[in-house]
Amino acid sequence: MQIYLPIAEVSVNALTLIGLGGIVGLMSGLFGVGGGFLITPLLFFIGIPPAIAVATGANQVVASSVTGVLAHLRRKSVDIRMGVVLLVGGVVGSTLGVGAFNLLQRVGQVDLVVQLSYVVFLGFIGLTMLRESLSALMASRSATPPRRRLHEHSWVHRLPWKMKFRTSGLYISVLPPLLVGVAVGVLAAIMGVGGGFIMVPAMIYLLGMPTKVVIGTSLFQIAAVSGYTTLMHAVSSNTVDIMLAVLLIMGGVVGAQLGTQLGARLKGEQLRILLALLVLAVCARIAFDLVVPPSDIYSIAAK
Amino acid sequence: MTGARLWLAAAAAMAAVLAVPVIAQAPPPAGAPTMIGPPAPLERGPAVPQPRSDTDPPLAEQIVTGLSQDEVDITASFTGSDILIYGAIRRNEPVEDGTSPGIIVTLEGPSQSVTVRRMGRVGPIWMNTARLRVGAAPDFYAVASSAPLDQLLDPDEDVRHRISPTLAIRALSGTVDVEDATAFTEAMLRIRTESGRYRVDEGSVQIVDETLFRADVVLPSNLIEGDYRARIFLLRGGKVVDRNTVPIRVEKVGIERWLYRLSINHSFWYGLMSLGIAIGAGALASAVFRMLRRG
Repeated sequence: MQIYLPIAEVSVNALTLIGLGGIVGLMSGLFGVGGGFLITPLLFFIGIPPAIAVATGANQVVASSVTGVLAHLRRKSVDIRMGVVLLVGGVVGSTLGVGAFNLLQRVGQVDLVVQLSYVVFLGFIGLTMLRESLSALMASRSATPPRRRLHEHSWVHRLPWKMKFRTSGLYISVLPPLLVGVAVGVLAAIMGVGGGFIMVPAMIYLLGMPTKVVIGTSLFQIAAVSGYTTLMHAVSSNTVDIMLAVLLIMGGVVGAQLGTQLGARLKGEQLRILLALLVLAVCARIAFDLVVPPSDIYSIAAK
Repeated sequence: MTGARLWLAAAAAMAAVLAVPVIAQAPPPAGAPTMIGPPAPLERGPAVPQPRSDTDPPLAEQIVTGLSQDEVDITASFTGSDILIYGAIRRNEPVEDGTSPGIIVTLEGPSQSVTVRRMGRVGPIWMNTARLRVGAAPDFYAVASSAPLDQLLDPDEDVRHRISPTLAIRALSGTVDVEDATAFTEAMLRIRTESGRYRVDEGSVQIVDETLFRADVVLPSNLIEGDYRARIFLLRGGKVVDRNTVPIRVEKVGIERWLYRLSINHSFWYGLMSLGIAIGAGALASAVFRMLRRG
């Protein structure tokens, strides 16, 4: 079933879009990532112009993360206070990132910077998570699990302006979550993603939050940041295609619900291993594209 | 109704027009009501010869042309469109120079500026290293002809009328800031030809009895909105004998038009609406799944 998209000005198969939305929604519910790092490249692949793919992807992420966050709210696995702190940083970072994005676009190197950041961040995060979660899985399987402290004390815990985050069981300075928020916001704007794949590991390893709370909180923050991004794109560049968004959302919300239920049946370590593998796969794919000679060294962009 | 029958009916009507020196509208033949509209103003619409000034020498041959439609509506289910450009060659006296007439039809979309980038290897990584900005190039350009272009058309006539795609673009080029600009414009032509935006269909124009002709031009599904232009050239011995230009309006209609206008004119509300739909859909799915799980 072909449908003509009013803003993207291309005709695409509606069922393909619903399917894409579903896959990305499933990831979203399962791992607490928005799925932007998957949806944007997939939309490029089916011929949606990049600027529209980025903006509309953000809109789809809003839908799947809202449905995910509602499911988590009922399970009381959202640290709203932590989410708000991350969000404050996120809005600042996102505004900075949009400026950087516009600068890079003028120079014509957006693609390269986006791809390089993907490779560096995804590679680092994926490997760290994989190593940690594998060893955690091994430890939990051994007959006499070694006594573990609730969390390790590090430089993070010596910073000023401490705050109680009850849901996460943390009493830490607001500075690390704020900085994480800023960093994720910058990357979100440049890479066209919600930043969940960076935030989830940052919350687990940097802030020491429990995995179950991390996913709900990450979704809360992603919903807000991608909502802000969607609005910014719609106002500044008219690149949100609502028809495209609706089709992606139809698949996305269903996928997100299924993902959340599936996630509830898996152990934290298993979830982390799966996410780590997914992140590494995307990383490898992008790195491959960077070093392999392109099939066409020329590209065109109309404006 | 098949295109062939449409064409025959239209050609019959055209012949009727030709028989009467004053431009008169032949009654639409039965079975082809949409083919020929009511008499249209001179600069627009079917079956109107190009206006010529009184000082021009009288032409031995002229063309009269028409279109199956001078408006293309883009609806939500738009998957491309066919435009039939048809017409007749009108002679005041027989042409006896041993040549036969040729027809070239071009259809071009609105122009946009285009940036062509070239990648190069920097260390282990491929990145954009050079670019050329083309001031304006048509988003869509199709050429149909009754024979291979190099047989029909002298190169200087091609340049004068900017007929082949290369010329249609180069003629409109902006400033050049790379050494080998040709490589860039060629790459652009190639990429747009591969994606179906630029097309040359040599031999696709049919001429019957050196008098009636028709060309079918396929418009792709990724058409953009704007003012398109069909040009019809009559050629003899490599020279353009007569030409005709007909505008075609491509427009979004219905919900496509409404959404597009809203996103441009009321972008904030459009953005809020997009957000509202996303949040609403998220909440709805959440509620539905909760009910399903309970039930």
